Amino acid sequence: MTIAGDILLRVEHLTMRFGGLVAVDDLSFEARQGEITALIGPNGAGKTTVFNCITGFYKPSEGRLGLCHGDAAIWSELDALTDSGKRGITRGDNGLYLLERMPDYLVTQNARVARTFQNIRLFPGMTVLENLLVAQHNALMVASGYTLFGIFGLPSYHRAEHASIEKARDWLNRVGLIHRADDPAGDLPYGDQRRLEIARAMCTDPVLLCLDEPAAGLNPRESAQLNELLKSIGNEHGISILLIEHDMSVVMEISDHVVVLDYGIKISDGAPDVVRNDPKVIAAYLGVPDHEVEKVGAEIGL
Amino acid sequence: MSEGAANQRIDTVAALRDAAITTLLAFGLFLPLIGFQTVTNIRNELELDTRWPLLFSIVAVVGVARLAYSFLLAPWLERIKQRPVATTTPAWRTSFGKWFVPFCIGFVIVYPVIIIAATGYGGALKWVDNFGIQILIYVMLGWGLNIVVGLAGLLDLGYVAFYAVGAYAYALLAKEFGFSFWILLPLAGVMSSFWGILLGFPVLRLRGDYLAIVTLAFGEIIRIVLVNWVDVTNGYAGISGIPRPSFFGIPFNANDDGFAATFGLEFSPIYRTIFLYYLILALAFLTAFVTVRLRRLPVGRAWEALREDEIACRSLGINTTHTKLTAFGMGAMFAGFAGSFFAARQGFISPESFTFLESATILAIVVLGGMGSQIGVAIAAIAMIGGTEIMRELEFLKAIFGESFDPTQYRMLLFGFAMVIIMVLRPRGLISHRAPSVFLKEPKPVPVDLVKQGHG
Repeated sequence: MTIAGDILLRVEHLTMRFGGLVAVDDLSFEARQGEITALIGPNGAGKTTVFNCITGFYKPSEGRLGLCHGDAAIWSELDALTDSGKRGITRGDNGLYLLERMPDYLVTQNARVARTFQNIRLFPGMTVLENLLVAQHNALMVASGYTLFGIFGLPSYHRAEHASIEKARDWLNRVGLIHRADDPAGDLPYGDQRRLEIARAMCTDPVLLCLDEPAAGLNPRESAQLNELLKSIGNEHGISILLIEHDMSVVMEISDHVVVLDYGIKISDGAPDVVRNDPKVIAAYLGVPDHEVEKVGAEIGL
Repeated sequence: MSEGAANQRIDTVAALRDAAITTLLAFGLFLPLIGFQTVTNIRNELELDTRWPLLFSIVAVVGVARLAYSFLLAPWLERIKQRPVATTTPAWRTSFGKWFVPFCIGFVIVYPVIIIAATGYGGALKWVDNFGIQILIYVMLGWGLNIVVGLAGLLDLGYVAFYAVGAYAYALLAKEFGFSFWILLPLAGVMSSFWGILLGFPVLRLRGDYLAIVTLAFGEIIRIVLVNWVDVTNGYAGISGIPRPSFFGIPFNANDDGFAATFGLEFSPIYRTIFLYYLILALAFLTAFVTVRLRRLPVGRAWEALREDEIACRSLGINTTHTKLTAFGMGAMFAGFAGSFFAARQGFISPESFTFLESATILAIVVLGGMGSQIGVAIAAIAMIGGTEIMRELEFLKAIFGESFDPTQYRMLLFGFAMVIIMVLRPRGLISHRAPSVFLKEPKPVPVDLVKQGHG
């Protein structure tokens, strides 16, 4: 029932304060199903804070974060859900969740939002394959009868484990790490670790994948591979991606929609070409006030 | 050639200087400790006595040992370091690895038979009881704590509290209500597990040192409650006359319906001891089996993932609260089993058996063995508990050091010494690699420097 172009994530009036510091100020934007939405902005603009709010690691000071599974018609129940005080509702295959009400692990488990981290967070002492199996924890937990069937080695658990290994093998093939499956994750080179983290996030069966600077520290060739991988995730699996990225070659090439933050405030929102030529965005990146943009731009040859 | 000789000479000078410094240090340290001794004279007054010969001989031993280190041990260690590391494991090593565990399991199963054959019924009692049962209790406790510390990476300094809960649960329920051992064994496990989860709740938010302090405090709380709640626990006096486990209803006594009479054997206390030996062996195997199984289940992998990176776990939808509680509960359950066995074996328990030193010993076994390694923990338990027991047997040392020498008094000293040596040579424990829980082509051991030690 997923229709590309329907709204998947709706961020409304998101505000996050740390004491007196306002990291994100009244931010509203939407991410659409099957699209790649990029969140960009200079250092310290509050991008990672937005991510942490969406994935439940922070509880926002204010605002509503709605996420829809399946048919977008369910959005009509958003206000009723908000008033009911519940975390989410499901109607058959369709569901609507309020992410700001959920603890971090439920955001992944129920609302199916997966994330990666700016500084890679793999399980370095576990093998590549084990990393991908940990990501399928909740499905395997049910299959193992919350450990009880697993202890007695019932065949139903073995089948489930076999299926999860096949899924991990599939993802390892996709990210080109199948030959390293039995090596410890901490032994992989940096670029491989980035791809493994994405594969691990994908093993949680997300509807929305949040990537925090996936191209950081990658060389141009690895960056191009990453572009292909992200595009194929969007196209083949219909999974929407929310992306924080500084590497403009990645952002401009693959994203369908760009949101620009500066000092916690949204300064631009639209298609990559529109954002690229927005004087406010240029000003923010160059660190000059709006009326001096043309002058500074001319000086540096923009 | 001449350069080598020059090096050699410089080494000699440096070695002599090191030896001199070490000797001086030893003299300074041992002068008040060994050189002087207070003795009570006939009028009950304290007098200062000196022990110069002993002091000087010990200082001389230290100096000579330092010289020996410089000339013999250090070059040897250097050579080992320079030796190229073999990339392929030799054949004997792989077959050793394959056969070691089955051999050990076989050995512990036939151990009582070997001992009886070697020493007869009278002598076997001590060897089966002090060495067999005592060590196996600690192996089991080590494996239990290994779940919490080694797998989940939660530093627990109060593990003995759950052992105490198991022991008192069995002692009180068996004495007051007359329940049998086989009913109370799982019940003691459940109770300990309950206390483990109860402790788990407040400490979930804590990490590292803070967690260690709170678990330490919890261990003390349990012990002090046992000391002070005299109405129930009988305080320091402890509980005696705890019913012994029977052989499926047949008691081990000299009566006509006793074990020996039923099977037409001559009465001997060894039968009970052998029965207890196999009982604790079965319990230890159960612990090992469950732990090995759990490691390959999602919950075990989640424990290890928790040790590696808690935030990443949460980002993958793992409920870290439940995961930590299951680790605490599971570890506590095995301590409860061991505790109820301990009470049944001793027939007497008091809070003295559940001091912090016990927690420290169990933790030392886990750390020495290599956190997360089953075999390592078992070897460490044998070395630590068996080692201290064997000190009682070293009567021949009296021939060297004189009649007044009591080797058991030096137990802790040697213990600490051995620990320092192992921590210098193998800082991450005896078995310092992690076996992966699942593999596609071949299991490759994970080098320990990649494995995190946990932070909470």
